Amino acid sequence: MTSRDVVLGRIRRALGERGPGPRPSPGPAGAAEIPRDYLAVHGARTPAETVDLLAAHLAEYRARVHRTDEDGLPALLADLLARRGARTVLVPPGLPAHWLAAAEPAHVQDRAESTARQLDAVDSVVTGCALAVAETGTLVLDGGPEQGRRRITLIPDHHICVVRVPGQVVDSVPRAVALLDPARPLTWISGPSATSDIELDRVEGVHGPRTLDVVLLGAQ
Amino acid sequence: MTATHLGMPAFPAAAREAVRDDVLRANLRRATHTIRDKRARAVAELADWDRLRAAGKAVKDHTLRHLDHYLLQLEEAVTAAGGTVHWAADADEANRIVTDLVLATGERELVKVKSMATQETGLNEALEAAGIAAYETDLAELIVQLGHDRPSHILVPAIHRNRAEIRDVFRAEMGGWGRPAPDGLGDDPRELAEAARLHLREKFLRAKVAVSGANFMVAETGTLVVFESEGNGRMCLTLPETLISVVGIEKVVPTFRDLEIFLQTLPRSSTAERMNPYTTMWTGTTDGDGPAAFHLVLLDNGRTDTLADEVGRQALRCIRCSACLNVCPVYERAGGHAYGSVYPGPIGAILSPQLRGTDSEIDASLPYASTLCGACYDVCPVAIDIPEVLVHLRERVAQGGPVTRDGIRVRLRPAHGRTAERAAMRAARLLLDHPGALRAGERLLARARRMRPRRLPGPGRAWTDTRELPELPAESFRDWWTRERGTPQ
Repeated sequence: MTSRDVVLGRIRRALGERGPGPRPSPGPAGAAEIPRDYLAVHGARTPAETVDLLAAHLAEYRARVHRTDEDGLPALLADLLARRGARTVLVPPGLPAHWLAAAEPAHVQDRAESTARQLDAVDSVVTGCALAVAETGTLVLDGGPEQGRRRITLIPDHHICVVRVPGQVVDSVPRAVALLDPARPLTWISGPSATSDIELDRVEGVHGPRTLDVVLLGAQ
Repeated sequence: MTATHLGMPAFPAAAREAVRDDVLRANLRRATHTIRDKRARAVAELADWDRLRAAGKAVKDHTLRHLDHYLLQLEEAVTAAGGTVHWAADADEANRIVTDLVLATGERELVKVKSMATQETGLNEALEAAGIAAYETDLAELIVQLGHDRPSHILVPAIHRNRAEIRDVFRAEMGGWGRPAPDGLGDDPRELAEAARLHLREKFLRAKVAVSGANFMVAETGTLVVFESEGNGRMCLTLPETLISVVGIEKVVPTFRDLEIFLQTLPRSSTAERMNPYTTMWTGTTDGDGPAAFHLVLLDNGRTDTLADEVGRQALRCIRCSACLNVCPVYERAGGHAYGSVYPGPIGAILSPQLRGTDSEIDASLPYASTLCGACYDVCPVAIDIPEVLVHLRERVAQGGPVTRDGIRVRLRPAHGRTAERAAMRAARLLLDHPGALRAGERLLARARRMRPRRLPGPGRAWTDTRELPELPAESFRDWWTRERGTPQ
C-alpha cells in the first residue's frame, strides 16, 4: 500500500466513509453552501477616486508615487533613473520602446541565460503590470511582455512600475482575483520589501527592491 | 510529529521559568501590544469582516468534509502543470522524500522559506544528518538558526529577542555561516535588516535547490500560494532550479476564487497590514520563469487523526496567522517556548496535543495552558472556537476516551496525574447525594477552621501549588438559613 492510499484511507475513515460514496457532492454544487455575501467592493468611488485611493495606499507603504501622461513618461522615467544614479536598467522584452527613449542608463535585455549574478549587477528595472488594487495598494505582475520574468523585478534594488490609470486599476481584491489567470506566475507587490521580524514593527528594505517607484500613467 | 522538544517539562513548569525572565516578558509585552492595536485598526477598515470570517470558515469546513476529493483534484492539477506530487504519512517519510530529492540533484545545500510544516517534521536536522546544509532565509528564522535557538511565535519566531540581542547574535554567529556581520553593526532594525540582506544575498544567488511551505493550495488549478514580506520567499521560489514544497494536507482550498477571502483576512490578522509586501502564486512550472522542477510533498503527520475528532477537527481550519498568540494573556506572559512545540499559543494548545497525541507530559498539560477567556476565538479569522476544543481536550486527558492515532481508533486511558481529581469528584458526588453526611462534614470543617493549612497535603498538594485555599466560614450556608428562616423541608 502506498502512502497515498494510507492517507486517503485515513481521511475516508475519519469522515465516516469507506470509499468515494454518495456524500454531498464536492465541487461547484457543494461549494454553493459557502456564504459569499461579503462585499465585492468596499464603498462607492468614481474611477478618479479609485486611482487616488491607490496612490494613497501605495504611499502609505512607502512606495513613491508619480503621475504623468504618455508625453511626459519618457522624461519622468529618465529623471527617476538619473536621481537614483542608475548606470544600467533592465528592460522586459515587450516594454514599449519610447518609454525609455530619454533614459541615460545602458539598457540590459533579460535573456533566458542571464544568471541571477548578472542581474544582481543591474541597478534598476522598469516594468508595466497586469493590474493594481486600490483598496490594498497592491501591484500584480503576471509575467506579461511588459513585465518579464519574475526574477527581473526581484534582484535589482530599484523597481519602477508603470500602471495605466484608470484602465489597469481595480477597486478590490475580489475584482482582481476575478481578472487574473492562475496558470501564469503571479506576484502581488504591496510596497517595497519589508519585515516585521524585529519587535513586530514594519521596517522597509530587506531582500526585494528597497525602492519602489510607481508611475500612474494617464490623462492629466 | 518528531519535533517534540525532548525532555520538555509540562507547561506549568516551563511557564514558571519564563515569567521570571524580565527581559523576555518586556519583549513579548511590547511586541504583542503593538500588533494587537494595529490588527484591530486593520480589521475595522472592512465593514464586512464578520462575513469574510464566516466565508473563510465555510470554505475550510467544506474542504475538510471532502478532503480526499480535493487532494486528488489538486494532485491531478499540479501534475498536469508540470509538478510532481508525493504523499507523506508522517514526519520521517516527509524528511526522507525531501532528502532523497535533494541528494538526487547532486547539491549539498539549499535555501529555505519559513515553513511551519518543515519545522514540525524537523527537516533541517534530518538534512544535516544527510550532509545537506539548509539555510533559513526569513529574518526571524535566521535569528533563531544563528542563535541556536527555538522559534517562539508562528509569524515572528524570534519575537522573544529584542534588537540588542539580535545584534549580538548577528555579530557572534554570521561569520560561521557565511558573510560576517558588518563591522560596528548597531541595533537599529534598519541596520539589522541590511546585515541580513548582505549575508543572505550570496546564498540566494548561488542556490540550486529551495524548500518552502505554502499558505494555500488551490485544488482546481494546482496553484500554490506563499504570503511573505521580505522577498526571501520570492528569491527561494523563483531563482533555484529545483523547488520542493512541503505542505500540510489541510492547506487545500477548492477554487482560485476562494483566495479572495484569505487575501483579505490573512494579512490583516497576521501583520495587521492591508496587504503583505509580497505574495507569490505559482502553478507547476513555467517555461523560462522560475524552477524547472517542482515537487509537492503532501504531509499528513497527525492531521487525519485530528480530522477524525468531530470537535477537534476545527483546528485544521487554521491559516497560521498568529492573531490568537498576540491577544492571549497566557502567551504574553509565558512566551512561546513554554508550549514545547513549533505551534505555540492558543492554537498550539489545541493543535499539538491532537497532532502528537497526549502521551507526553507537555502535550497532556497544553489543554490547561489557558484561562478560557475567549479572546483567541474573537480574533480568529476562520472562527476556530479554541476554548471549546480546549475543554474537549481537557475532558479527554482527564477521563480518557476514543481517539485516533496513526489512523487507528484506540481508547485513551485516563491520565495518571488526574487520579486525585477524579477521587475528589467521586467524593463530592457522594456528599451531595447524602445531605446528612454533607451537613456533618460542613460542621466538622467549621469547627476546625483555625487549623486550615495553607497547602493541602497528599494528592491535593498540586492543586494548592497555584491556588489559595478558601477561607472557611464559621457556619455553613445551610445552617445559617435554618437559623434565620426556620427549618427547611
